[in-house]
Amino acid sequence: MSSELLTEFEVIHEKPRSFYATYERKEELQHQTHYCPGCGHGTIHKMLARAIDELGVQDRTVLISPVGCSVFAYYYFDVGNVQAAHGRASAVATAVKRTRPESVVISYQGDGDLSAIGSAEILHAANRGESIAVIFVNNAIYSMTGGQYAPTTLLGQKSTTTPLGRSAQNEGYPLRMSELLATLEAPVYIERVGLGDNKQIAQAQRAIKRAVENQVRGLGFSFVEVLSPCPTIWKLSPVESQRWVREVMEKTYPLGVLRDHTKEAQPRRWPEAVALESMPGILGLTDGEAVLPEELAAVGKPIDLQVRVAGFGGQGVLLLGEVLAEAGLDAGLEVSWLPSYGPEMRSGTSNCHVRLSREAIDSPLVTTPNVLVAMNEPSLKKFDKAVKPGGWVIYNGDTFPEECARADVHVLALPFTQIADELGDARAANMVMLGALLEMANALPQASVDAALRRLVKNAKYFALDERALARGRELFRAAEREMSHAG
Amino acid sequence: MRKQLMKGNEAIVRSAILAGCRAFYGYPITPASEIAEAAALYFSQVGGVFLQAESEVAAINMLYGASSAGVRCMTASSGPGISLMQEGISYMAGAELPCVIADLMRGGPGLGSINAEQSDYNQVVKGGGNGSYHTLVVAPSSAQEMADLTALAFELADKYRNPVFVLADGFIGQMMEPVVFPERAVAPVVPEWAVTGTRETRRNLITSLHLGCDELEAHIQHLEEKYRKAEREEQRAENWHTEDAEIVLVGYGMVGRILKAVTAEARASGLPVGLLRPITLYPFPVADLKRRARRARAFVVVEMSNGQMVEDVRLALNGVRPVEFLNRMGGNVPSHEDVLGLVRKLAGEMGLKVHAARSVASHEEQEQMAHV
Repeated sequence: MSSELLTEFEVIHEKPRSFYATYERKEELQHQTHYCPGCGHGTIHKMLARAIDELGVQDRTVLISPVGCSVFAYYYFDVGNVQAAHGRASAVATAVKRTRPESVVISYQGDGDLSAIGSAEILHAANRGESIAVIFVNNAIYSMTGGQYAPTTLLGQKSTTTPLGRSAQNEGYPLRMSELLATLEAPVYIERVGLGDNKQIAQAQRAIKRAVENQVRGLGFSFVEVLSPCPTIWKLSPVESQRWVREVMEKTYPLGVLRDHTKEAQPRRWPEAVALESMPGILGLTDGEAVLPEELAAVGKPIDLQVRVAGFGGQGVLLLGEVLAEAGLDAGLEVSWLPSYGPEMRSGTSNCHVRLSREAIDSPLVTTPNVLVAMNEPSLKKFDKAVKPGGWVIYNGDTFPEECARADVHVLALPFTQIADELGDARAANMVMLGALLEMANALPQASVDAALRRLVKNAKYFALDERALARGRELFRAAEREMSHAG
Repeated sequence: MRKQLMKGNEAIVRSAILAGCRAFYGYPITPASEIAEAAALYFSQVGGVFLQAESEVAAINMLYGASSAGVRCMTASSGPGISLMQEGISYMAGAELPCVIADLMRGGPGLGSINAEQSDYNQVVKGGGNGSYHTLVVAPSSAQEMADLTALAFELADKYRNPVFVLADGFIGQMMEPVVFPERAVAPVVPEWAVTGTRETRRNLITSLHLGCDELEAHIQHLEEKYRKAEREEQRAENWHTEDAEIVLVGYGMVGRILKAVTAEARASGLPVGLLRPITLYPFPVADLKRRARRARAFVVVEMSNGQMVEDVRLALNGVRPVEFLNRMGGNVPSHEDVLGLVRKLAGEMGLKVHAARSVASHEEQEQMAHV
């Protein structure tokens, strides 16, 4: 045949450009697919490739192939390819699309993959309205693994794991994914089509193109379920298989459009890139000045505060510790703050470990505190014995329980809650106690404490209250100290 | 930039964004939820993606998609969630997809408790998914290291095209310490192998499927070469007073911090004790352990688990030195006193002479990260 002769012909049907010319990723028989004669996948692949061609999006397309007979879709489609774990294609597609909004993402899944193991992923991708096109190939069976029952298997249909036929009692009823997803608000387009005859196939082609087109238009979730023959597993001829789609499958899975919002749907908005220079500011890392060495905490004595703060949840135990640690950092000290966490936060007791030191802090755990701030009696009883000899116990209570009395520790026991209440709010007891601690430790400049409080208490009213509470705590400690020295 | 007091869990997120991470897919779980919460706050502001997935299974597969599309991405969870992610982690290792996974360990097995443990060591360091693969694992022991090692994790993930774990006990995430971050943010780079929906990347394929026997064997051998390279180049440990140590304490994460306090106290009482704190758990700092074994006469491994890392220590030392083990579980913490008691008992048995107090130089002078 001469080339001149060829020009006399007009090519009206050829292999879609979105297929590879030869299937080089395949080990052998690179001119044909691995699908069985009469299998629906070949037809659906061709329709999808044609849609990609017609919409001119070959370069932009990313195809997610599932686990199942179509696991090797990447042998054939000359587009970007990602092969996903069993059932997870729609989760994978979600993130590909969100990462590359300009891409056209198609998740191609079978009925075992999508309706059984991947039922959660498809449901939530649909419910989020992910801007992806999902091609759902329903042949009512697990084909690749040799014909086991699927959630889509028809009642009475035999499979290798329902040898007597699917029974509603044991396996439940066939799962209608399209109808299920059509109950959701977000999907833009859902249609069930079939490959039962040429008329159905023509409609399937239109539906698949529409799903891809929706995505090109930037719209949301599109879902096309295709009732697809599997002659090999069904043990029917290709022609009989098509008839079975038409006459049997269709009764359980009626064809038609279940959702069409393509006219009114609005394109999805995507996040915009942000300049690198603005990142530290966004992350809140540019507040405040670096602490200079000359500003380092009050000269002189070594500082090694090992504080345990404990009380009921809601008493402000953690905040007390946090203000202390934050103030220490402001003053240029090494600090650590470690909370007890978990259900204790909701009720019962709460406690935290705080360390302030001039030296690097080895362990942030304070097992033998030199200061215990006990905001209630159970906390006192729990931690009192651990206090280092020569250390301090600051206790929220009028009378110090006798069984906790130790000759080798200093005690400041006052009704801090009541004192805070007199200041205007009983909840400020934590700050009154912190004030007493700060006065006792005499290690931090008040300016650092103010700065810490400003950072942690944004509300002006509470800030003012807490400042008063801290000052009151300092007074109370000084008064107690005077009393002690008189007594001494 | 000022040092800021923050939780390790918050440091991870900020560090990730500064390291060029723009995608976070996760699922809440105590004690890792602050990571998802901070990610939710910041990722949308920096033009990235935050999505709370329907499960950890979905979350890790979203990372598979995000990584396939060439963005630095991460997730965070704790034991039960990590168990669910093992499928996707195996796929990502197989498909050579980089990502960073933070595991803030809680108590197990099963629902266990939400208290801190170190019992995910085996499922993370040994690989809990199917197949012949490894994940690289870094183990921070401070809020600062949560930031620094997260940044390192992203570098390693890209260098080796492999998932990298930041493995920390719950304490390290919940604890607040001062943290300082790099001044400049890393610009995201799209790797050439990614599938991004462009003409240039159209021929790219991401898969873990290699159907032929020889083909799969060759693929696994290729992965193995990467792991051998990591074993040569990435072992990291903190050696603190190990030069003259006759008893070497070994522990990571919060235990590493406790052992530092014990080491300081033991040395103050004249005992020749040192601390070897693994910073990478895979590759395990085998070279450091072997080097210490030349002088040290005994090793003490302390863990908040039933004894998982201790097996790697024994494997590294291969019987040349005795390895003692001390542990607490369920959220309990090995006490300073218990470890010190064991050290004194060992010293007595070994007939170690107590010298005058040994120096404990300042943290900065002594702290050295060994890059083997």
